[in-house]
Amino acid sequence: MSSSTKATTKSSWYKRNEIAVTPWLFLAPGVIFFLFYVIFPIFQSISVSFYEWDGLSDPEWIGLGNYEELYWDDAFYVSLRNNLIWLVLYLLAIPAGLFIALFLNQTVMGIRLYKSLFFFPFVISQVVVGLVFTWFYDPTFGLLNEFIGIFGLGPINVLGDERYVTYGIIAAGIWPQTAYCMILYLTGLNAVDPEQIEAARLDGAKGWRMLWHVIVPQLKPATFIAFVVTIIGALRSFDLISIMTNGGPFGESRVLSFYMFEVALSEYGFRMGYGASIAVVLFLIMLFFIAYFLYSMYQDDKGGR
Amino acid sequence: MKMFKATAAALALSVGFGAGAQAEGLSGTLKIFSDMSNPAPRAVMEGMVERFGALHPDLDIELTVIDREAYKTQIRNFLTANAPDVANWYAANRMKPYVDAGLFEDISDVWADPALADLASTKGAMTLDGKQWGVPYTYYQWGVYYRADIYNELGLSEPASFDEMKSNCQAILDSGRKCYTIGTKFLWTAGGWFDYLNMRTNGYDYHAKLTGGEIPWTDDGVKATFANWRELIDMGAFVDNHTAYSWQESLPFIVSGDAAAILKGNFAVPPLREAGLDDSKLDFYQFPAITEGVALSEDAPTDTFHIPAKAENKEAAREFLKFVVSADNQTLINNGDNLGQLPVNAKSSVDDDKFLKEGFEMLSANSPGGVAQFFDRDAPAEMAKVAMEGFQEFMVKPDNLDKILARLDRAAKRIYK
Repeated sequence: MSSSTKATTKSSWYKRNEIAVTPWLFLAPGVIFFLFYVIFPIFQSISVSFYEWDGLSDPEWIGLGNYEELYWDDAFYVSLRNNLIWLVLYLLAIPAGLFIALFLNQTVMGIRLYKSLFFFPFVISQVVVGLVFTWFYDPTFGLLNEFIGIFGLGPINVLGDERYVTYGIIAAGIWPQTAYCMILYLTGLNAVDPEQIEAARLDGAKGWRMLWHVIVPQLKPATFIAFVVTIIGALRSFDLISIMTNGGPFGESRVLSFYMFEVALSEYGFRMGYGASIAVVLFLIMLFFIAYFLYSMYQDDKGGR
Repeated sequence: MKMFKATAAALALSVGFGAGAQAEGLSGTLKIFSDMSNPAPRAVMEGMVERFGALHPDLDIELTVIDREAYKTQIRNFLTANAPDVANWYAANRMKPYVDAGLFEDISDVWADPALADLASTKGAMTLDGKQWGVPYTYYQWGVYYRADIYNELGLSEPASFDEMKSNCQAILDSGRKCYTIGTKFLWTAGGWFDYLNMRTNGYDYHAKLTGGEIPWTDDGVKATFANWRELIDMGAFVDNHTAYSWQESLPFIVSGDAAAILKGNFAVPPLREAGLDDSKLDFYQFPAITEGVALSEDAPTDTFHIPAKAENKEAAREFLKFVVSADNQTLINNGDNLGQLPVNAKSSVDDDKFLKEGFEMLSANSPGGVAQFFDRDAPAEMAKVAMEGFQEFMVKPDNLDKILARLDRAAKRIYK
């Protein structure tokens, strides 16, 4: 075969399949990176979780040994419990964000400035939020104890007392998360149909009924996204814990992601297998939500909204 | 070229370390990774590199200073993948994982050098499996730093026994102050209290066996230690809310006079001086004896230099280690203007500083029981973490002791298997 015919066959194959192939070519970089950096490590973690490995010497196969140890590990249950508290309480950011959005959705002088100020906590780093709240909670000099001292209460050692510590950190986390939900709802409110409101008003709806039956249903897409980002935010809660308490006092403020970091990667850790088994448990919890989100998105697409 | 280098190094080794003139032939690149990232230690490290470089003009020295906390996790990566020729680390059990994994070079040959005979006091801390794996460059004493002016005001003197320590404490409490400040947020500060209470209650050998996993945590000796600790806790000797503070954040209490003392390493002195406590207000005493007849022993953590097994320029690295521990260099880097700690070389002189002198005196003359490193360096890292968390819990909820000890015992069975 001459070289020219070869070239023709080649290019004609591409020509024939151009429509089918081109999208894949464009997708290829993203897909390859996603496979390599997201999908592959998931399976790698699962396989590491069956070994005992300190990252230096040879891994030793111990089957389900790590999971068995998890079953007996009190610290694991404390982390799991805290994760659930985070999941439930973090959702408060959604109604809070909605009400601030409703409050700010008006036209007065300087409203843009107020909106920016409310959005501000989401812009600053979580580390800064953590530090600010740590000082706020300080049992000796903190603003919180100065304030409740006026009423003759306190002092409470929020971050040093195992009963309050998780709630204290969640309160700090809700502050920026509320701002995030607020911005989602503000954009959502722009898309609310004024004619429907007009019609509802003619029918005599106002106040709570107006909100619940007319506005909120129209905000459903925004609510969905707010729900997704808040759940993910709650499960990722790591930086605040690391900054504010470092997991303490005596490990009572740990969540699974922090515990995983501690056993696998911190100064006193390096039990890669055990850390991986915690990661797998966390992954399963997330998988539950991911499956739900994918399912509901699929339903929406099918229904054409 | 390479052969020349090797011969020169061999020559240097055989002649022994002197002024460094014998080792003129060192060449190539010497890569040093250091965790001395705080301002004063950093200047010390840079100064050492400069002076060592001046001795060996043909040697190209590359110094990388890494944040002290980040270093603790990074060392695992660079020892296996991108090894420098010299690296900082800590003595005793803390270096065991790397020795076991074959990542540190056996430098017993350097220790065989007669010049290193002056380092005998720290040789034990650098020895594992009968070989030496690094050299120390500084260490510091632990003890009770107290407010002399408050003691004078209340007519108290440095306690010579645990009973006196407690009666002093009662007097301080009656005056509306706390006896000891501590911040246990990062746990290890509580490890210091345990070290001292256990070494004073049960002795050094018992303590070493406990951290070595030979004695169970549910042993009666351990319980006796915690009973002594509990006496202090029940008195209300420690500041409230210590779980919320780091050790730095616990210092304002002693500065303001709300607490009279702190159990800490000598590194607490510079910040306390900076905060306005001069030598008339701040003083030091050795932790008093508890059980009669138990030889006093001290915590004196040692910081070290090592040669990674995968280093490329081991000849130059060995010379650098010898340079670090030489008497003159030790005097210089540990003086009050630099590290402000104790030199490891017996021929060095200790800086003219109240606390350094007292500490050196204590460690060389009044510590017959032995010298421990520190709880989280003597015990394996994992055990240290679980145990120190238990100490913190005990300090807040002393009633949980049995539960805590059972948990430590379970962890120990897994870790020391």
